[in-house]
Amino acid sequence: MKQAFRIAALAAAIGFSGPALAGLAYVSNEKDNTLSVIDTDTHEVVDTIDVGARPRGILLSRDYSKLYICASDDDTVQVLDLATRKIIDTLPSGEDPEQFALHPNNKHLYIANEDDAIVTVVDVTNKDVLAQIDVGVEPEGMAVSPDGKWAVNTSETSSMLHWINTETFEIEKNTVVGQRPRHVEFTRDSKIAWASAEIGGTVHIFDVDTIEEIKQIDFQIRGVPQDRVQPVGIELTSDGKYAFVALGPSNHVAVVDAQTYEVLDYLLVGARVWQLDLDKDEKFLYTTNGVSGDVSVIDVEDMKVIKSIKVGRYPWGVVIDPTS
Amino acid sequence: MNRKGGLLIASVLCGWLLAPTSAMALDVTIGYIHWLPDQGPVLSNVTPEPEDAGLRGAELGIADNNATGRFLDQNYVLDSVIASDADGAMAALDGMLESGVDLLVTRVPADTLQAMAKQAGDRALLFNAGAPDDGLRIRECQPNVLHTIPSYAMLTDALAQWLSMRRWREVFLITGPTEQDKAWADSFRRASKRFGLDIIADKPWTFDSDLRRTASKELPAFTQAGDYDAVVVADVRGDFGEYVPFNTWLPRPVVGTQGMGPEAWHRVVEAWGAAQLQNRFRELAGREMNSEDYAAWAAIRSIGTSVTSLSDAGHPAIREHLFSDDFQLAAFKGRKLTYRPWNGQLRQPIPLVHPRGLVATPPLEGFLHPETELDTLGYDRPESDCRIH
Repeated sequence: MKQAFRIAALAAAIGFSGPALAGLAYVSNEKDNTLSVIDTDTHEVVDTIDVGARPRGILLSRDYSKLYICASDDDTVQVLDLATRKIIDTLPSGEDPEQFALHPNNKHLYIANEDDAIVTVVDVTNKDVLAQIDVGVEPEGMAVSPDGKWAVNTSETSSMLHWINTETFEIEKNTVVGQRPRHVEFTRDSKIAWASAEIGGTVHIFDVDTIEEIKQIDFQIRGVPQDRVQPVGIELTSDGKYAFVALGPSNHVAVVDAQTYEVLDYLLVGARVWQLDLDKDEKFLYTTNGVSGDVSVIDVEDMKVIKSIKVGRYPWGVVIDPTS
Repeated sequence: MNRKGGLLIASVLCGWLLAPTSAMALDVTIGYIHWLPDQGPVLSNVTPEPEDAGLRGAELGIADNNATGRFLDQNYVLDSVIASDADGAMAALDGMLESGVDLLVTRVPADTLQAMAKQAGDRALLFNAGAPDDGLRIRECQPNVLHTIPSYAMLTDALAQWLSMRRWREVFLITGPTEQDKAWADSFRRASKRFGLDIIADKPWTFDSDLRRTASKELPAFTQAGDYDAVVVADVRGDFGEYVPFNTWLPRPVVGTQGMGPEAWHRVVEAWGAAQLQNRFRELAGREMNSEDYAAWAAIRSIGTSVTSLSDAGHPAIREHLFSDDFQLAAFKGRKLTYRPWNGQLRQPIPLVHPRGLVATPPLEGFLHPETELDTLGYDRPESDCRIH
């Protein structure tokens, strides 16, 4: 037993001294059961890692040492050690985990179980299931406010946001939004929450203190039929200036003024763009394009798409490690 | 502000935070009436149609509505009747109307539906989840009937669009003997004109020859003609159609009601979150979801979606909402679905499937329409005499 532990520690130590000084982005490939690792300096794929079945939502631990992966068809959350790029553990996740969010305490993982209409809360340090919360049909998006007070889940077929108190694990309010809400993103100060509605074609802005909708954003892209404009992923710049909204099969990303909520521009990316993430300096935005099987790189300063990177089949989620 | 006022506001705010968004409890009963005439004997009965097709979709719709409704204090109940004849279906309607059920989903033939619509008048809103007849969408529209099952025209337009896109434009059409087969074939002939196909042979399947041969032996001779790109089969009840693929004179694909063809729904549809709907259905029904199940599900979800946004379950308000710009149904077909105001048909993409795979989902790129590409499938406003809204 002791010996095994020592070997593991040794392996970890070797791993840490190993790869990666460059910035790295991780992309989950839903239909390839892999992650693509992209060097964000050269914008090239440098590694492909085998993971569980149908990987979708991915996120980094708060200390950036681990990547959590929703392996939806394996009904588990896998833990990838980033230094060794090996799966080191699995967490009880409930059935069909799709998206999740980690509380700022780095312990409580909120997982949306799409097939079971529940949100499971797992303590990642000891794998205890702390709560299973009944939510609407097809829970999907999951976000925890940076101040740790709220966990918000979107249920796609119920078209609702469920506002979960993170101390009691109970729903305090349900707010109806446009059809098929997919994703929630909080501002850094936890005051405002952005929620996308895929079929509704809208983004809903909530004041977090009152849990009231204060604004609805609509999108119109010249030459694209309105029903192809389907907002999914949202990414906010830390300076509070911009929001980027992935618009699905319209193949565009909207650039929104995060103060006035005015749409400033639409950038053409790959086919069916779903998720996006900014790199550490917020110079580049990476988007996953499911149908074209690639990642588009947007230069944030010029607001231009500068490159597309071929990854696996049906890329779903993307996170960029800000420490690397 | 004095202290008391502040306290009062705080307690009101607190109560409001804990309460669901809608304070009023709503009980919504939805009727489901099913009657199917006997389809007659068929040559191929290897995979019989499930007898509860439609009903189980309705049940899933109710479950989905309730999963949303419990957060809003809305409770949905299904009142279902499987009738054994048209009179039984009419009696079921009367019973439901009497007990105040004013939202109904039906899987009955077109003439029964028409009688029901007249009987119900302005007392109820009906959702047709069973009759694909084009007549119901172009001449005999009823203001109190909406259609969630696609029409024959929508199905055959989807197929013709795809044949045209593949440039397989010369086709051999085989039509079965039933009224449904003829109606399907008529729709296909219309579709072939719209999308530039050429029906080089148009033969009825009678199979009354005295050659003492099986259907599969008969078919190569039956499909002798000049050259053609594909064989199109109109055999709605599935009598002889399964014997056409691989038995044609020329080595050509078989499409239509057998082989590869258009469906409102099929188990191979998995994109746009459909995998989740398929899983939920399989868990509920222990079988795969089909077009009739989907149509019934879509009808009940249309009601649920409306009640959620209206907090009102009266059928006049729901009807008004379904035709308004505020209504959008998320129904796992990659885009929002809405109802055509002229004839009450639910617009929807039509998957083209073979038993183990999805081929395409018209409307296909390049077939344009000034309003919505979905209206390239089925009778468009100028082609329909109906103006129900």
